[in-house]
Amino acid sequence: MARVQSVLELIGNTPMVDVSALSPNPNVKIYTKLEGRNPAGSVKDRVALSLVEQAEADGILTPGKPGQILIEPSSGNTGIALAMVCRLKGYHLKVVLPTNVSIERRQLLEVFGAEIIESPGSEGSNGAVRMARQLASEHPEWTFLYQYANPANPKAHYEHTGPEIFRDCPEITHFVAGLGTSGTLLGVGRYLKEQDPAIQVWAIEPPTGEMVDGLRNLDDGYIPPIFAELGGAEILDRKTVVRPKESIEWTRKMTDLGLFVGISSGAIMAGAVRCASQIPEGETATIVTIACDDGWKYLSTGAWTDDIDTVVERAKKVIYF
Amino acid sequence: MPVAVRLPTVLRPHVGGRAVVELSGSTIGEVLNELVGANPGLAGQVIAEDGELNKFVNIYVNDDDVRYLQKLDTPVKDGDEVSILPAVAGGAG
Repeated sequence: MARVQSVLELIGNTPMVDVSALSPNPNVKIYTKLEGRNPAGSVKDRVALSLVEQAEADGILTPGKPGQILIEPSSGNTGIALAMVCRLKGYHLKVVLPTNVSIERRQLLEVFGAEIIESPGSEGSNGAVRMARQLASEHPEWTFLYQYANPANPKAHYEHTGPEIFRDCPEITHFVAGLGTSGTLLGVGRYLKEQDPAIQVWAIEPPTGEMVDGLRNLDDGYIPPIFAELGGAEILDRKTVVRPKESIEWTRKMTDLGLFVGISSGAIMAGAVRCASQIPEGETATIVTIACDDGWKYLSTGAWTDDIDTVVERAKKVIYF
Repeated sequence: MPVAVRLPTVLRPHVGGRAVVELSGSTIGEVLNELVGANPGLAGQVIAEDGELNKFVNIYVNDDDVRYLQKLDTPVKDGDEVSILPAVAGGAG
């Protein structure tokens, strides 16, 4: 597909590359799917397109009609992807963005003309979600696609990402991906388990850090509605935390294979390595991971070149997932 | 066997302001029962009335969420680090 009518046709069908050279277990192959190849640079292009097209199909948004406003909480990638889709389709996008994201994420939102509404960095993504819900309830005339609760999010992965993985790697035994909205894990995980119920699904998450200190009580906690509604607890087989130091170490190791990926991709690779090292002796396995985005948006963090302890301290203060 | 249990800020008032409590037990369930037994203010917060984990709480043993191991039956051993954390949005969006 070398010639297309619209950049939207370039979303998806991303390549998968063998990274088994980094596997700690010779009987375990590891492949990573390069979602940074999407036109706005991340796996979230799939979600943004699915959310907007579903809203258009439902008559919530009308292409070409002036004055339509969308609001969405995002720590970056969904915002950037939505900003690109909205720019192309003529919608105005307001993104509720925590203050502690990398400068490049902010700049990319501005490139595509999104309006940024800041939420307190100390509250992380939780704070952005809370503020967006509040603003959306005060402005019923705005369209609130709400990726954390919208089935069009996991649907994009059920209909595309999952089938692409199974097509390119039918021998898959384990799928390892990051947990944020849970859209990737739910959509891909459900599709893969329908093909082969023995396929294991591992969720990788960053430590919650200081963000949880702001919670006044446990009920202020947040579980993405799609996770609860679509049986997330049944789809996941393992959920494990990868810390910033390990995430950055593996982000760096991936450059040995010529892969310049974002820090969350390093975290997920670290999780895949942990998974590979737990495969019993004498058994073989094939792990597929998602590299959510490329490294460009994180250059300002010095992740590849600065002293690792300095970078780790910096990473603890920004949202890199 | 001593196990260090790390508590989030929101629960610390119920354990005298401490961030880490040393407890014993061979499973997560035993450790949590000892925790709640010694700190009645935590009753109903970590373990819900139905005896299952509160859905807004995640418990980790050495970075693994016990909900996907053996839940309250997950074994713990000397030196394991247990963390109790509120469920929050991960932030991949």
